[in-house]
Parts: sequence; structure tokens; C-alpha cells
Amino acid sequence: MAQIDIRAVRKSYGKTQTLHGVDLIFPTGEFVVILGPSGCGKSTLLRMIAGLEEITAGEIAIGGTVVNKLEPRERGCAMVFQNYALYPHMSVADNIGYALKVSGVPKAERRRRVEETAAIVGLTDYLDRRPAALSGGQRQRVAMGRAMIREPKVFLFDEPLSNLDAKLRVSMRAEIRKLHQRLNATSVFVTHDQVEAMTLADRLVVMNKGRVEQVGQPLDIYHRPASTFVAAFIGSPAMNLIDSRVEGGAVRLGSAVIPLAPAFAGLEGRTVTVGIRPEQVRLAAPGTGLVAIADFVEELGAGRVVHAVMEGQPFAAAIGAEVRIAPGQPIAFDLPAEHLHLFDRETGRRIEIDGEPAQSRAAAATLAPALS
Amino acid sequence: MEKRSVFKSTWLPILFAAPQLLLILLFFYWPVTAVLNWAFTLEPPFGGAAEFVGLDNFKEVFNDQLYWHSVMISIIFAICGPLTAIFIGLVLALAVDRELPGSGFFRFLYILPFAVAGPAGGMAFRFILSPERGLAAMLNEIQPDLWNPAKYGSHALAFVIIIFIWKWAGYTFIFLLAGLQSVPRSLIEAAAMDGSGPIRRAIDIQVPLLAPTLFFLLVTMMTEGFVGSDTFGMVHATTRGGPNHATELMVYRIVDEAFQGLNYSGASAQSLVLIGLIMIFTFIQFRFVERRVHYK
Ligand SMILES: Nc1ncnc2c1ncn2[C@@H]1O[C@H](COP(=O)(O)OP(=O)(O)OP(=O)(O)O)[C@@H](O)[C@H]1O
Ligand SMILES: [Mg+2]
Repeated sequence: MAQIDIRAVRKSYGKTQTLHGVDLIFPTGEFVVILGPSGCGKSTLLRMIAGLEEITAGEIAIGGTVVNKLEPRERGCAMVFQNYALYPHMSVADNIGYALKVSGVPKAERRRRVEETAAIVGLTDYLDRRPAALSGGQRQRVAMGRAMIREPKVFLFDEPLSNLDAKLRVSMRAEIRKLHQRLNATSVFVTHDQVEAMTLADRLVVMNKGRVEQVGQPLDIYHRPASTFVAAFIGSPAMNLIDSRVEGGAVRLGSAVIPLAPAFAGLEGRTVTVGIRPEQVRLAAPGTGLVAIADFVEELGAGRVVHAVMEGQPFAAAIGAEVRIAPGQPIAFDLPAEHLHLFDRETGRRIEIDGEPAQSRAAAATLAPALS
Repeated sequence: MEKRSVFKSTWLPILFAAPQLLLILLFFYWPVTAVLNWAFTLEPPFGGAAEFVGLDNFKEVFNDQLYWHSVMISIIFAICGPLTAIFIGLVLALAVDRELPGSGFFRFLYILPFAVAGPAGGMAFRFILSPERGLAAMLNEIQPDLWNPAKYGSHALAFVIIIFIWKWAGYTFIFLLAGLQSVPRSLIEAAAMDGSGPIRRAIDIQVPLLAPTLFFLLVTMMTEGFVGSDTFGMVHATTRGGPNHATELMVYRIVDEAFQGLNYSGASAQSLVLIGLIMIFTFIQFRFVERRVHYK
């Protein structure tokens, strides 16, 4: 049983604090992904779990044992590094088997287990090679083999795929997921790639500037981002965030006025940030809804994204490949109320009432007659 | 292909190279020719043209019992001194590389002896290891003559080897520390995750990756041990080859013979033998050690 408990963990380098009190629980066997922009402290947190970085304050427990003072080897974690960190002077077999050698496993058994592991990661034919004679993907596999041969309770990955090309990344992603199912260890995976995060995670932790912004299932986070940071960070193209104000039970976005559900009456007069994802914006009949001026169009093959400007603020919308839009042309957008997100402009936190998002109330209100 | 710039004129490059060429001619090729000349000729004691004597000078050198003794102790010196200096430099570098508190101060301290010239170091050690005073005196109180380099040849040889180690450990330390710091941190961390402690990591990961540096140091330190001017200086400032020729290293003997005994011919012949010896050792190192050094 290797649940990881992170309690009020802080990290400072000298005077600068890089983690400001992180509280997290990673249940046994879960695949947790830590996502955040560069420099937010993801690696630092991971390395503190591994024992490679001292814990300035707070407590980390693995399987119920506080590990603050334990050496890396006493923690039962294995780690896959971003640059793989393979031992350049050892063959693939020796790289994979090094942990067993250190712990004094007899040669014959070591050999058997190395071969077994190599078969799982598909390296049987490369056991005698040096890392320098392997491709990036193969090196990645060696690193994974080396980590899994010890049958660790906890698997740590620090951006293990970021040195691979796009195609290989997709296939390695699938392999890592399969590996996780097979080993059933608690996995913590650090990345700044949201696609990786969304596809791999059972539980997603979004971090920003040394703080945890939101924890939850990937889809939950996508549908109900807890802050404007998460809203903008998750999803591509990024969510539109527009400053507005609640007036007369509605929010005004440029020329569009969108009424809110009655439950939001208490927000009257508050300054808010309204969010809507580009893929949930629809084209409207000219002259209705929100009108913006097209700036440029991004071709994605399957569809395209039009980047427009509405009263000085950028506004993006995903549109079908069949629509032709020229830069400078005014476009009318329809913003479905059920897809709106409301955030407090001051704190950036999501505004929810009774745990329900604003727009689903609105949606429920409109759907209710139809259902009854 | 890298693009090269080519000088059109012939004179400009020669002009650029001239100072260096001049220095090499003056201080290397000229003395070497002189040595070659002396080694095969004999200067008449009362002037006149030198007389060609073929291999007579070498025969005389090889027939001297003391010469073979000198070769023996030179080999002992050039093996024990460098190996120990490298080993100590390695241990210190591994310790400093761990960046424990205070490592900056020790880094400075370890490099310091290198800045001291060999003869000066020798003088210092004459006092430090003198049998009548300090540390060695305490030893001698346990049993008389437990340490007396003035009396025992083996003690005297150990004495000059210690000075060599003291001086060169700092030098090897710099190279090894630089080598260690170019070993990616993540390799050490990966080994730590694999359950390897600091000493095991040093043996399994750091030292193998330092092999090229170690090899370089082995070659340069052994050459230094055989012919280094500091090696001469150390002996000269301390034992002066004694007692009873026990520390008469080849390089000391050559200088002594040439400038004290004024026997240029004998000294030149010995120099050529010494050069031959260094070539043999370097060849052995490249042939058998370098192959096992892992460069990439
Ligand atoms: N040894 C150190 N000394 C001082 N500051 C450090 C040190 N290591 C990391 N930091 C700082 O801590 C912060 C977090 O670093 P960390 O490596 O955890 O970022 P990250 O989220 O992993 O970023 P990336 O995605 O670029 O890897 C950064 O601002 C960094 O500058
Ligand atoms: Mg990082």
C-alpha cells in the first residue's frame, strides 16, 4: 500500500520560496499527473517525494511512513528522468540490472529478471548495446525498464516524453499507461503538456507559481476550472476570458447580453471574468449576439480557429472548415449560456453556487420545461 | 565540413609562427642536438675538439651499479608518487564534489600546495619530517630510529615520495574535480534512486566516467615523476641523493653529474636512456590502459 500524503509542504532555496504549502493525497495505485507551466515547482515537488531534494517544511508520507529524513533508496520509489540519465559506460542490461546488483541479487536471478523486464519494454535485442548506440525512444525504454525492475511502490516520472518526437510521444504515452495498469504502483507524472496530462491522468493536479490551483479528474477540471489560470491553461485553443460585470441579472459581453439563472441574483454589481471555450462558441446570424472583428485564421486541418478582437480584447472561436472568413470582417458569435464560466475578477476564483456552475443552472432552467 | 580560411600569402603565416618557432629552436631542438652530440662524443679534459667515441658513454653508464640502482628507485618513485597523488586527489575531489558544508574552503586549501615550488616544499618538509622535532620526534620516542631519513635509505625515499604526493595531489585534485563536475548530476541521482550509496556511486559511476582524466593524469604525473624539474628540486632541497645514493633519482643524478661532476657526456647518455624509459612507459600506458578508458 503506497498512498502518498503531502502535508503543508514548502520549499525554499535560500530566501526565495518556490513551493508555498502544498497539500495533496495520491491514493494507492492511482496515476497522478502534475501539470503546470515551466518553473512552477513541479519537478521540485517530485524530487522531494523521491528524496533528491530536502523538504524545507511540512511532511511527506509514503505508505503511511513519514519519509522526510529517509534516503532515496529507503523510500521505495523509482524515477524516470527527463534526460533518461542512463549510465553511459554500462550496457543496456547493466543499466536495467544496476539496482538489483546494488541490492546484492545473485547473478543468475539478476540475469533472468533483466531479460524479463527487457521483454516487457521491448529491448531484448539491445541488451548488449551501450546507451549511446540507441535511439531516443529506446533510451526511454531503458529508463523505464531500469525503474520498473525493482518493482517499486511508487513510480515517479519527470517529463519523460519531452525529448521525443510527437509521434513517438503518443505511442510511449500509451505504453506508460499500460505499464501502470500492469504494475499497479502509484504513479506521479510531471509534465507541462496538457494533452499528456489529460490522456494519462486518473487525477490531475494543476500547479501555478508554487501553489496547487486545482486537483481533480481531468474532465472535471476541463469542465469546471477552479480559476482563470486553470481555465486558460487547460484546453487548446485557450478559453476566452472576458472582463464583464453582472448587471440586471445578466452579463454583458460587447454587444451580447447573456442572462444568468436566478440563483445568481446575489452577484448583482460584481465585476467578473466570463469564460467560454472557443469550441463552444457558435456562429450567429449577422447582427445578433457578440460581434467581433476577425484578425487572423489558424488552419488546423480538421477545422480552423478564428482569432478576433472584441472591444480590444482577443476572442477566439473554433469554426468548421467550410466557413470562409477574411481578416477585418465582422463576425457574429452566439455564446450558449450553459457553457459560460464565471470567475471573480479580483481573486480569479470560480464563482459557484451550491457547487453548481452558473451556466449549468442556466442550462437547467432552459432544459427543465423540455424534460417535464 | 567546417569552412577553413586560407592565407593567400606565404609570409604572413610564417611571420605569425616565427616567435614560437624561434623559442622551440632555441630551447628545444638546439639542446637536444647538443645532448645527442655529447652522448656520442667525449670532450678532452684540457680542451680541443670533441672525440667521437660511439657507444662508449652508454657502456660506461650501463656498467655502473649505482646507475641501475638509480633506475630502480626512479621507477619506484614514478609509480608510487603519481598513483598515491592521484588517489588522494580523487578522494578529496569526491568529497568536495558532494558539496558538503565548507567544501569551498577545502577546495582552496587543497589546491594551495600546487602553488608552492618543489624546492620550497622540500625545505618545509625538512622541518616537518625532521627526526629530531615535531611529529617524527614523537614517533622516535616510541622506538629510536622509527623514522630517520638521514640514516635509512628507505625512509629517505619515502620522504621524497611524500613531498611529491603533497605537491601534486592538489594538481590532480583540480583536474578530477573538474571532471567530476562534468558528470551529469542526474546520473548520480539515478544511482541514488537505484539504491546506491555515496561510496558505491563513486566506484560504479563517477570513477568510470573519470577514466579519461585519470589516464591523462597518470601519463603526465609519471612523466613528471621521471623528469620533472620539481622532482629534481625536491631531492636537491632535502636529501641531495643520499643517504648512500638512496634517493639518487635519475633526473637528480643527471643534473648532478652534468653540473657538479661536469661530465656532460655521461649525463647526456643518461638523459637519452631516461627519455627512452619514459617512451616505454607511455607506450605501455597507451597500449594497455588507454584501451580500457571509456571515451564515449
Ligand atoms: N537549486 C535551486 N536553487 C534555486 N532555485 C531553484 C533551484 N532549483 C529550482 N529552483 C527554482 O524553483 C522553481 C521551480 O523549479 P522546478 O524545477 O520545480 O520547475 P518546473 O515546474 O519543474 O519547471 P519545468 O517545467 O521548466 O521543468 C523555479 O523558479 C526555479 O528557478
Ligand atoms: Mg521540471
